[in-house]
Amino acid sequence: MRFWRVPLDQDRFRRPRGRVYIIVERCKGCGFCVEYCPLDVLHISERFNKKGYHYPEVAKEDVCVDCNLCEVICPEFAIYSQNVTDEDGPAASGQAGALRPEEGSGE
Amino acid sequence: MSESGAVLTGEHFMNGDIAAAEGALAAGCTFFAGYPITPATEVAERMAERLPELGGIYIQMEDEIASMGAILGAAWGGRKSMTATSGPGFSLMMENLGLGMMTETPCVLVNVQRGGPSTGLPTLVGQQDMMQARWGSHGDYGVIALCPNSPQECFDLTIEAFNLAETYRMPVLVMSDEVIGHMTEKVVIPAAERIQLTPRRHTTLAPAEYRPFAPGADLVPEMVAAGRNYRIHVTGLTHDERGYPAVTAAVQERMVPRLTEKVRANAGRIVRFAAGGLEDAQVVVVCYGITSRVAQLAVEMARGQGLKVGLFRLITAWPFPEPALRELSGRVRGFVVPEINLGQMVYEVERCAAGRAKTLLVPHPGGGVHDPETILAAIEEAAR
Amino acid sequence: MNKQERAAGESAPAGNPAVAPPDAAPEGTAGRQHPKDRLLRGDRLPHIWCPTCGIGTCVSSFIEAIEESGIAEERFAIVSGIGCTGRVAGYVKLDSFHTTHGRAIPFATGLHLANPELKVVVFSGDGDLVAIGGNHLIHAARRNVDITVICLNNFIYGMTGGQAAPTTPFSARTTTTPYGNSEYPFNVPHLVASCGASYVARWTALHVRRMKRAMIEAIAKRGFSFVEVIAPCSTLYARKNRLGTGFDLMKFYHDNCEIRHGANTAEVDIGFQERIVVGKFVDIEKPTFLDRMQENMQRHTRKG
Repeated sequence: MRFWRVPLDQDRFRRPRGRVYIIVERCKGCGFCVEYCPLDVLHISERFNKKGYHYPEVAKEDVCVDCNLCEVICPEFAIYSQNVTDEDGPAASGQAGALRPEEGSGE
Repeated sequence: MSESGAVLTGEHFMNGDIAAAEGALAAGCTFFAGYPITPATEVAERMAERLPELGGIYIQMEDEIASMGAILGAAWGGRKSMTATSGPGFSLMMENLGLGMMTETPCVLVNVQRGGPSTGLPTLVGQQDMMQARWGSHGDYGVIALCPNSPQECFDLTIEAFNLAETYRMPVLVMSDEVIGHMTEKVVIPAAERIQLTPRRHTTLAPAEYRPFAPGADLVPEMVAAGRNYRIHVTGLTHDERGYPAVTAAVQERMVPRLTEKVRANAGRIVRFAAGGLEDAQVVVVCYGITSRVAQLAVEMARGQGLKVGLFRLITAWPFPEPALRELSGRVRGFVVPEINLGQMVYEVERCAAGRAKTLLVPHPGGGVHDPETILAAIEEAAR
Repeated sequence: MNKQERAAGESAPAGNPAVAPPDAAPEGTAGRQHPKDRLLRGDRLPHIWCPTCGIGTCVSSFIEAIEESGIAEERFAIVSGIGCTGRVAGYVKLDSFHTTHGRAIPFATGLHLANPELKVVVFSGDGDLVAIGGNHLIHAARRNVDITVICLNNFIYGMTGGQAAPTTPFSARTTTTPYGNSEYPFNVPHLVASCGASYVARWTALHVRRMKRAMIEAIAKRGFSFVEVIAPCSTLYARKNRLGTGFDLMKFYHDNCEIRHGANTAEVDIGFQERIVVGKFVDIEKPTFLDRMQENMQRHTRKG
């Protein structure tokens, strides 16, 4: 996140961190989540699901703030974010390789 | 006027419409939604007066379509509910009556028949909705329709209608008519303990096990109400036992014929009729509603002439008493069917007779009751 | 892999980057489930709505509204009519009733009056609620019956293939207006407000959080509450009017909505591809149908 000046109390606030989960087989490729994610976390994958739809993928790791907008705007209940806290350990908080779309059957 | 209690035990002098309302109250009806229409308006007015004092709900809806919809909703809200109308309103209610049949919603619909078609004769009698009662809504479903022939029967048969609605989990029709509805006669209302009521067959299964459209051995599913965490789905689409839409021929075959079958298979328990003089009858007059009272006189006149005539009064017009009529048709010369229409129930008689006995219709286009002489003339002809 | 094998339902071999790998576990991994699945009839998903249809989004907001309403879920009863939006009742895991076309509101009225503890929400489409159901809509608003009506307005009759609705904007093309719609559409918030509704709001499918908040307020509101949600119909409205897909309509909402809380409802009509005024237009306190009935009965019994 870029600030034009650093807030005086910046160290008192932790930016929430989230991980996106995508139920690939439910997706119908509408693109709402990609378009409206406020941090442009997602992009449309080149891969496609069983029905031939291109589903979203995480494009930018470690950026998701668990705002849940993708979850609520998705018409197919195919994507959601969950909060990742430090209790989950460093491996869960989004180090390289861990933030991937989780693929499930979704049906 | 202020009355106390749902059951007005005692002897009354009241008209058929009022008696039907009192029968509903005695049966435990606590919700009425209706729309004014002659000659059924008095049912609504009586309910408007009585229900609020008993903690029930009366609402005048904006039309008959809404009235039928509202009583279905109230039934799923856990109440015994009723509406009352006449021909034009009956026609409007048909689509939602079909919804009630498809969703197996217990409730009662009173039709105080008048002359038709269309606006017809609002203040004068007809019996012209009898076939519509059976086939009025689109699709296949069974029907139970009761025909009172007196204010006393308006009281008794409305209670019976509620009981049948609960037993078979379906809307039940009370096919009254303008003469009976507006006729004032003695009505005896028994003590509440003497009135036998069928309670709602609410399931005792847990939500995870209950299936709102899974029938029991009698082909009827158990009922439930909204708000009890059963999370049911109820739809007019063809549905499976869970109530989920299942728009396939296979599910249609599994689920929909049961709507007809649950009446047909239980007809022996449902059918009611009143008959007299059948033992040696050569002619049997088949009749219902107000016409049965005129026919009674015609039958007496015929007997006075030495003719062997019996009277067969339909109390349930639907299901039609097929076994009884078939049996009779094997040993009588003919049936006489007077009705205030141009021929409706006569076709059922004819169908059951299957050519074994002649069937004479005594029609009346509506607006009045038969002259007993016309029925007598038909009896004489049938006896030849 | 040849066509026959593909058709037989086999996935592409793991090495093919074009197709998603075979399913590892249901619903995500390690027993994770979509947070909204709890209130959805999962055994009926995927739902019938088209790609880029806005109905699913509105259901999503609605589920959040229910969860955040503070009201026990078993108290909710959802009633819908016929149409694409009418199918909502079938997908939400609450007591739900899919009634006849246009007649959800009278059914809901009976349900509510029979058990006023229930939170009855009518969730249906513009054709169902405003055309065939129009009479029931205005009377329920007039009576101020304590129910909530969520009207998803996609300007068209979707389920039957894209015919004009009383909300279709002037000049729009539909299957029954091949030369362009010549009728004046209803200004639905104005209609409902003028009949006496206690709460009237309009949002679009894009405004997921504001829509949710409006739904929460509407559900909590005593009296007749109405939320209109403008939502994209991709296959029919957008396509027939060469507006792209539902995605493009969402972008249109983004660029052309004006939030005007408290706007005069007479001024919120919608022209073809013109600005859409959204916001909370009416939020008043007035006795409900049951309040007035009880008031009358109390007065009656006091008189003895």
